[in-house]
Amino acid sequence: MNKLVVSLIASAAVFGAQAQLINGAGSSFDYPAFTKWFEAYGAKDAAVHFNYQSIGSGGGQQQLLKETVDFGASDAPMTDENMAKAPGKILHIPVVAGGVTITYNLPGSPKLKLDSDVIANIYMGNIKNWNDAKIAALNPGVSLPDLAVVPVHRSDGSGTTFIFSDYLSAVNPAWQDTVGKGTAVKWPAGVGLGAKGSEGLAGQVKQLPGAIGYVELAYADKNQMAYADVKNAAGNFISPAPDSVSAALATAKIAADFRFSMVNAPGEKAYPIAGPSWVLVYQQQKNAENGKKLVAFLKWAVTDGQKLSPALDYAPLPEAIQQQELQLLDTIKY
Amino acid sequence: MSNPNQGKSDVSPWGDRAFKGLTLMMALSVFVLIVLIGYELAHGSAKAMRLFGWHFLTSSDWDPVNEKFGAVPFIFGTLASSLIGLMIAVPLSIATAVYLTELAPLWIRQPLTIFIELLAAVPSVILGLWGIYVMVPWLRVHLFPFLQHTLGFLPFFQGPIYGPSVLAGGIIVAIMILPIITSVSREILRSVPGLQREAAYALGATRWEVTRIAVLSYAKKGLFGAVILGLGRALGETMAVTMVIGNSPQIAKSLFAPGYTLASVVANEFSEATTDTYLSALFEVGLVLLGVTVLVNALAQLLLKTFAGPGVKPQS
Repeated sequence: MNKLVVSLIASAAVFGAQAQLINGAGSSFDYPAFTKWFEAYGAKDAAVHFNYQSIGSGGGQQQLLKETVDFGASDAPMTDENMAKAPGKILHIPVVAGGVTITYNLPGSPKLKLDSDVIANIYMGNIKNWNDAKIAALNPGVSLPDLAVVPVHRSDGSGTTFIFSDYLSAVNPAWQDTVGKGTAVKWPAGVGLGAKGSEGLAGQVKQLPGAIGYVELAYADKNQMAYADVKNAAGNFISPAPDSVSAALATAKIAADFRFSMVNAPGEKAYPIAGPSWVLVYQQQKNAENGKKLVAFLKWAVTDGQKLSPALDYAPLPEAIQQQELQLLDTIKY
Repeated sequence: MSNPNQGKSDVSPWGDRAFKGLTLMMALSVFVLIVLIGYELAHGSAKAMRLFGWHFLTSSDWDPVNEKFGAVPFIFGTLASSLIGLMIAVPLSIATAVYLTELAPLWIRQPLTIFIELLAAVPSVILGLWGIYVMVPWLRVHLFPFLQHTLGFLPFFQGPIYGPSVLAGGIIVAIMILPIITSVSREILRSVPGLQREAAYALGATRWEVTRIAVLSYAKKGLFGAVILGLGRALGETMAVTMVIGNSPQIAKSLFAPGYTLASVVANEFSEATTDTYLSALFEVGLVLLGVTVLVNALAQLLLKTFAGPGVKPQS
């Protein structure tokens, strides 16, 4: 017993002396990617240990502003208001991109085609029945039931909601005026239901015939949920997949500070409802050792790490963006 | 001269004093904890209070995008789901407690008591998922259409049926507060002196009369306390309710319509709230929840003082 305690203390001391601990917090959307990366990166640099708390984008931003973590992760870019509050300049490093699927529960699970007009009008309560002429016009040959449409949204603040409402704001002026975009929004009154978390939303959609919802691609695939092809800006109906999200990323207009939106990207094969997720770091690192290790890790994550993305249903970052990000990472001082 | 400490004079008074001080400190810590929670919530919600003032308590607008916040639908949802929960759970719990203490043979008492306590041990999120996958579909297909068919003339039971609703939230709340009300009620009823019952029997009362006159009326103050404990839990119940209430900040007459509670909106939106105003509004929702709980409890105490006579009180 005593020996055990002594060896534990000894190993703790060794661990403390050698390992560099890097703390991060934020988006739960990124969590699977980080877990995979931390594990794979261990083979490259065993001396660095990561501690990532998946507490949500809002929490990640707050923790970074309070300088209690080395990096934050967020599904929504930081607002100018928050940027101004920060004690130093914050850089946005896109690390993953993911698609959001439109899933539904219809008898026989037919493959549907939808466009922005139909999706927005369903969520605004203007399309109330599945046999609506607008849905039928997009789906010739599919027999649509006489069934009430029940739009389900995420009730918890989430990056998925941000991407979805960002998309509808971009394509539908009425949506932009009345609802807007955010991790949580004011859903049109009296329309549909709110469900907590991806699992809650999936549960509601699966249980309620006629329900329609939105959920990240990885979750829809894992749970074998039916999802629609969505008409993109070029007029093609595109199925959500890592490839089509990458195509969107390649053709989206990327802002110089990387606070960009990639919904409704113009590419021929681009899936329109998708968004990036960012790692947030200070340009001036306080702790030189941690800063050095963090930058090395991020450089690896946005290049080699991207090869691990498709297996997790994230879209890999295109080569051109990887190069831009490496340049940005080089501006970090420590 | 009689001295109350006679014969104890060789015992040091410090032991007693230390004991008293220690327990006083423990008791005070509860008080301090509540005050600190209130302070933290008030501190966190300062910005929202400054921006919205009393409007926060009269507005039904909850718009994180444009940063306009009002808590009325959440207050309504919290009160409605708790009230429905109580209406279902109280008769059930008290009847169960009466059966367990007055009527049940010994071999039933023990297992039944254990089952009730097991119900209290089911985690909230498990009940919530059970709610989504089992309870709500059943309600939607069987109970709700039946209610609409038989009681549809009441505005509470009109309108479209989705499943997740204020009524579903109330039913989940009932399941969650059932064990605590039953357990406390059982203890209360057990503490009714046997002499009470014997006296009633001696007067020729039947079993029902004994229960009604000697037991229930003697214990009503305590039973009321048990209900208040349940109510406290009902108001703050979060996870399971969130899963089945539909999470729409609206005030509808129909119990089949979705609603939203104070605790749910905090749990739902806190982790992804990015702006100060938004966070502050969520803090204020927490403060309102604390306020509602205190107010409802005070009201209940007042009711108790006004209507209930003497009798045993719960010790918890």
